[in-house]
Amino acid sequence: MTYEFLVASAIGVLVAGGIYLALRARTFQVVLGLTLISYAVNLFLFASGRLVIGRPPIWDKAVSQYTDPLPQALVLTAIVITFGMTAFVVILSLRSFLETGSDHVDGDKVPCDAQDGLAEDAAP
Amino acid sequence: MSLAAYLPILPVIIPALAAPCALLAMRRRRLLGVGIGFASCLALLVCGLALMAQADGGTISAYALGEWPAPFGIVLVADRLAAMMLVLTAVLALIALTHAVVTHADRKGWHFHPLFQFQLMGLNGAFLTGDLFNLFVFFEVLLIASYGLMLHGQGPARLKAGVQYVVVNLVGSSLFLIALGMLYALTGTLNMADMGLRVAAIAPADQGLLRIAALLLVSVFALKAAVAPLHLWLVRTYAVSTPAVAALFAIMTKVGVYSIIRVVPQVFGEGAGAAAWVPAPYLLPAALVSACIGFAGVFVARSLSEQASYAVIGSTGTLLIAVAGWSGESLGAGLYYLVHSTLAAAALFLVADVVARRRGAYADNASPGPAFAQRGVIALMFMAAAIAATGLPPLSGFIGKLLILKSVAALPDWGWAWGVILSTTLIGVIGFARVGSAVFWKSSEGEAPPAPASRADLVAPLLALALLAALSAGAGWASGYANATAAQVLDPAQSAAVVLEEGAR
Repeated sequence: MTYEFLVASAIGVLVAGGIYLALRARTFQVVLGLTLISYAVNLFLFASGRLVIGRPPIWDKAVSQYTDPLPQALVLTAIVITFGMTAFVVILSLRSFLETGSDHVDGDKVPCDAQDGLAEDAAP
Repeated sequence: MSLAAYLPILPVIIPALAAPCALLAMRRRRLLGVGIGFASCLALLVCGLALMAQADGGTISAYALGEWPAPFGIVLVADRLAAMMLVLTAVLALIALTHAVVTHADRKGWHFHPLFQFQLMGLNGAFLTGDLFNLFVFFEVLLIASYGLMLHGQGPARLKAGVQYVVVNLVGSSLFLIALGMLYALTGTLNMADMGLRVAAIAPADQGLLRIAALLLVSVFALKAAVAPLHLWLVRTYAVSTPAVAALFAIMTKVGVYSIIRVVPQVFGEGAGAAAWVPAPYLLPAALVSACIGFAGVFVARSLSEQASYAVIGSTGTLLIAVAGWSGESLGAGLYYLVHSTLAAAALFLVADVVARRRGAYADNASPGPAFAQRGVIALMFMAAAIAATGLPPLSGFIGKLLILKSVAALPDWGWAWGVILSTTLIGVIGFARVGSAVFWKSSEGEAPPAPASRADLVAPLLALALLAALSAGAGWASGYANATAAQVLDPAQSAAVVLEEGAR
């Protein structure tokens, strides 16, 4: 029970933080938000095979109880895909920032906020 | 196993091999690389037609990858629906590739041809697979390739739209994985046919979770299909993409519709107990709203490519109105309209490009400019494409909409469907007439831009229009095939028997 609670609340916190960041106006924060969401998704997928502790996933004569190996394979695939995607979106947003001079997700010269002075720098 | 038994895997393997070959060849011999691209598309067309001939008798062929039996291994399933989508993809790819090569759009970056092939691989895989996780993987393959293709040619506008497109799709992928995780936790399988048999046996306490998973999964497909509340990403993306790429993307929204058509009857169909047809009640309102939004966008669009993008949303909405009926007749009408609307959207994007190439600084804006070369011919082509997109006779849009209207008349909510389809048609006609008369009829003072060197760029849009004409001429056969497809889709036990028997063998 405690393990389930721990994992479930961890997933919940990650998703909440991820959604908050993904709704921000700057691409960097959005990328971080997406990363958090993908961590949460990976944990969730992993937990979909039920949380079993100290059991092997591979057949063994001496063992009678196993953990489900399929979600682990799925998580591996999902991690690889999200890793590639994250790398791509980082490069894309960097490129977009360099070409347009703004890292606002809506582009052009929308001032985000004055928190780092970028909006002022881009103006002249 | 004979060669015919390996037919279902070929549409995935051919582009997977053609892409690296094209990548290697492009550096030294550009023409060889282009040739590889065309050869691959032609081979895909041949494979698609062969699969179609095989499936036309009603046989469903399942291919177990690596001979791993079905519920455990991954299967590819080639039935009528898959074969139809494969042929459509191959035809559309040939048109888009021809246009890209003729207009030299493929020379604006290094990797157009390899990315194009990977895109085809993802599309074909998504249409063939019988496994939900595999569907996710092929979605990712086609999305990754589409990011590259969408950014092809670069420029600030594309980059900005690209960031939004990528972020939206990454969120969609995360939701897809959550839905998959829930479904796996509940049923213990990822094979669609097997899952369809197991959902009925789920304990009453877990029915709520199953319903949530079903709705989440269908929302992800709706995001890909750009259905009403989730359509905002489409216009910005498609309107700034290279037109040849946008023409190919006409099928990307149809992948979402395809997945809805494939997954809902098979997994959440009649046999699903309390979760039977869970997404169905939400689909019709969403479809009605997206038809309205799409054609309203056609009415107010500021440029031809923006108008074509809105026409994609509108046609998806119209298509889903038919699909949401979930009867054999309405689904058959919807499938006929699916083929038509894909080709019509491609024709619109290509005509928009042909216009933009001749108008210089005016591009494809919906404002009068100086007279340009071959204006008369292009005006006729635009008219034909607009007729097809709005559904006026004599092109196939008319037949498609007629079939949809006729089939939904038997459903309880037919009044809404009729009202929306008929009024959006009127709005669409007025919108296209407004933009067409501004671009092709009125002229403003000014220097006429120089005529392009050749008229070869008219070939690809003409090809798309010719196919639309063929689709209306062969409407009897095509709608017969579509109805047979719908009947097959709505009888998942048939395909489940084939897939799982393949495993037992």
